[in-house]
Amino acid sequence: MSSSAKMTRQTLSVLVENSAGVLSQVTRLFSRKGYNIESLAVGTTDDARVSRITVILQGTDRMAEQIAAQLNKLMPVISVQILTGKKAIYREFVMLKVKADGKDARDEIMQIVNVFRAAVVDISRSSLMIAVTGDEEKTEAFIRLMSDFGLIEIARTGLIAMERGDGSIRDLSKDRAEYELGKSI
Amino acid sequence: MKISGARIIAECLLEQGVDTVFGYPGVSIIRVYDELYKKRGKIRHILTAHEQGAAHAADGYARATGRVGVCLATSGPGATNLITGIAAAFMDSSPVVFITCNVDEALLGRDAFQEVDITGISMPITKCSYLVRSAGELAGTIREAFALASRGRPGPVLVDVTYNATAERAEYEFLPKEEHFRQGRSERLTRRGEMALTQPGTDERDVKTLADMLRSSERPLIMAGGGVIRSAGAAEELRRICRGHGIPAVSTMMGLGAMPSDDGMFFGMAGMYGSPDANRAVRECDLLIAVGVRFSDRVTGDIGGFAPGARIAHVDIDRAEIDKNVLTAHHIVGDAGTVLGMLSAELEGYRAAPWMKKSGERKLCAPERIIKTVEKLAPGAVIVTDVGQHQLWACRTFGFSRPGQLLTSGGFGAMGFGLGAAIGAKAGVRDAAVIHITGDGSFRMNCPELATEARYGLDIISVIMDNSSLGLVRQKQAAEFGGRFYQTELAGGPDFVLLARAYGLRGERAENESEFESLLSDMLRSGKGGIIDCITDKDEMI
Repeated sequence: MSSSAKMTRQTLSVLVENSAGVLSQVTRLFSRKGYNIESLAVGTTDDARVSRITVILQGTDRMAEQIAAQLNKLMPVISVQILTGKKAIYREFVMLKVKADGKDARDEIMQIVNVFRAAVVDISRSSLMIAVTGDEEKTEAFIRLMSDFGLIEIARTGLIAMERGDGSIRDLSKDRAEYELGKSI
Repeated sequence: MKISGARIIAECLLEQGVDTVFGYPGVSIIRVYDELYKKRGKIRHILTAHEQGAAHAADGYARATGRVGVCLATSGPGATNLITGIAAAFMDSSPVVFITCNVDEALLGRDAFQEVDITGISMPITKCSYLVRSAGELAGTIREAFALASRGRPGPVLVDVTYNATAERAEYEFLPKEEHFRQGRSERLTRRGEMALTQPGTDERDVKTLADMLRSSERPLIMAGGGVIRSAGAAEELRRICRGHGIPAVSTMMGLGAMPSDDGMFFGMAGMYGSPDANRAVRECDLLIAVGVRFSDRVTGDIGGFAPGARIAHVDIDRAEIDKNVLTAHHIVGDAGTVLGMLSAELEGYRAAPWMKKSGERKLCAPERIIKTVEKLAPGAVIVTDVGQHQLWACRTFGFSRPGQLLTSGGFGAMGFGLGAAIGAKAGVRDAAVIHITGDGSFRMNCPELATEARYGLDIISVIMDNSSLGLVRQKQAAEFGGRFYQTELAGGPDFVLLARAYGLRGERAENESEFESLLSDMLRSGKGGIIDCITDKDEMI
């Protein structure tokens, strides 16, 4: 198998106009091709009319390129960027509620929280709510450790990502000729 | 000036130079119809028997004229009846703007009478679908819809307008078509583009690479697809290249007419039901230049065995088509006509060594001889087909000579496409004969459109290959399912001759080829439309 045919984790950053139905337009493309979305994160940008969607999926490079080309054809899509491995920074925010019945359990959890530079954001007689930020390795490790104490519930934002260096996702936006010719739309 | 949303829609159609629309009224869209009544001197509305017929008609109009087709329908079932027509237009990249009206904004999402989320339903089969909730957004949206439908890779666009938005009044000012990209969202898109860094247009170096690939190949072949038909001037450039540089060409079903069928360098339609010559050319070539094709499974068959000895170069206006189905050695994203023109200039002094030879004339089966008779009597007619055996016989037998001469639902394969599309074609190009080649199965699906044909005096000749069965499915049952013919026999269908007469049209029956020839020539001479029911053998196979 050549490297391009290998299934790896693919990250797509998509800048979209904040219009009705845009999220379903974007996700529909993945489901139609049978690609499973591992994580999806949406938030606004510095421009309130523009949102940024980060999609993570398992797939080949060719799959990622195909889906990027298809995404580019959608009218509300401003730009699409495929992020690869070490060239990008990934972060996720996780909130979890964990059982902490006695002082011992609480102390032990606090120690782990300190090591991970997480934060206790709420406390009750028998539980703690903790917030942690990091790349996937860190959050996964933290969740594994916490599960020993008994997880009550968990909420994750999904990964967001950004390319290192000076470049901007906006550099990739469709140009006027493409609008004129409709190449990408 | 402040005018109603309904009137804005009508004014926007005039801005686009629309003179013909197809549709079906209903309560939600009633205000738009009232405005069209006031503009009836400028815009002709053709009322079909069913919204599906209107959708196919607008599609057929677009394919035959190269202009954007327009189709109107009301909310709920009116809108959903369009779906097959929208999908057919989408699969074959036909520019159509569909305008539907929905219930009042306050009722949206409450399962009101005749309410349906048509923008959601149509999302996967349109280039874009819009929901307009206020009159103020209407002009910008409709202008954008027309630009989107016709530019780049053409295709259908749907605009759904709420009932209240047709009544509301909003500021409207006439804007000439060429100014449209300077306002509204189009303006934003354009500005967004101006900040971008990438260079527009086709890169000359890419074309040079393609020319180099040609020079170093021994058995080059061009495969022309629907993109060559849709792109203005592309067919002429293709003919110049093939004749001038001795490069053989084949086409897909959607590319028929790009090369004249009798051209020495043209080897027919490739694919599952294609000609042996064309498929041999694809099998043996060492360089395949595919222009405006999307490598449908009907063309490639098993991808692994497609053009086994060839490097593939792909020219397409849609970036997303590149490497979608077939991995290519080289590609150029651009308009077919422009790229072929640039390639032609690059090939100065080059001539490919001849490597393809035409095999002798094929023996035609009876239905194919009927098609040949049509060609003999009306070589310049616009040929519209439905879907099934008759379509394949027509596509591989009729000698098409120009782009836009064949209208067929190649990608979606929608039975019932034919009569609607023929109505649209005839409404668009009044002076050409329009011959609708169909089967009894397909014809039954949308035959109420005979009423439309009669009412508007659109003289179409429908040639029905009547074998009282769904031939193509039946043939598969014969070949692969032990001859267990089930639900493919259509005996007891209506008498098409009487049916045509019931609509006030001429209805004739041909029991043999000579009867057919004299009936068709008589009908062509009279200039009047109608049907010829050709009795054919159900065991004829393709």
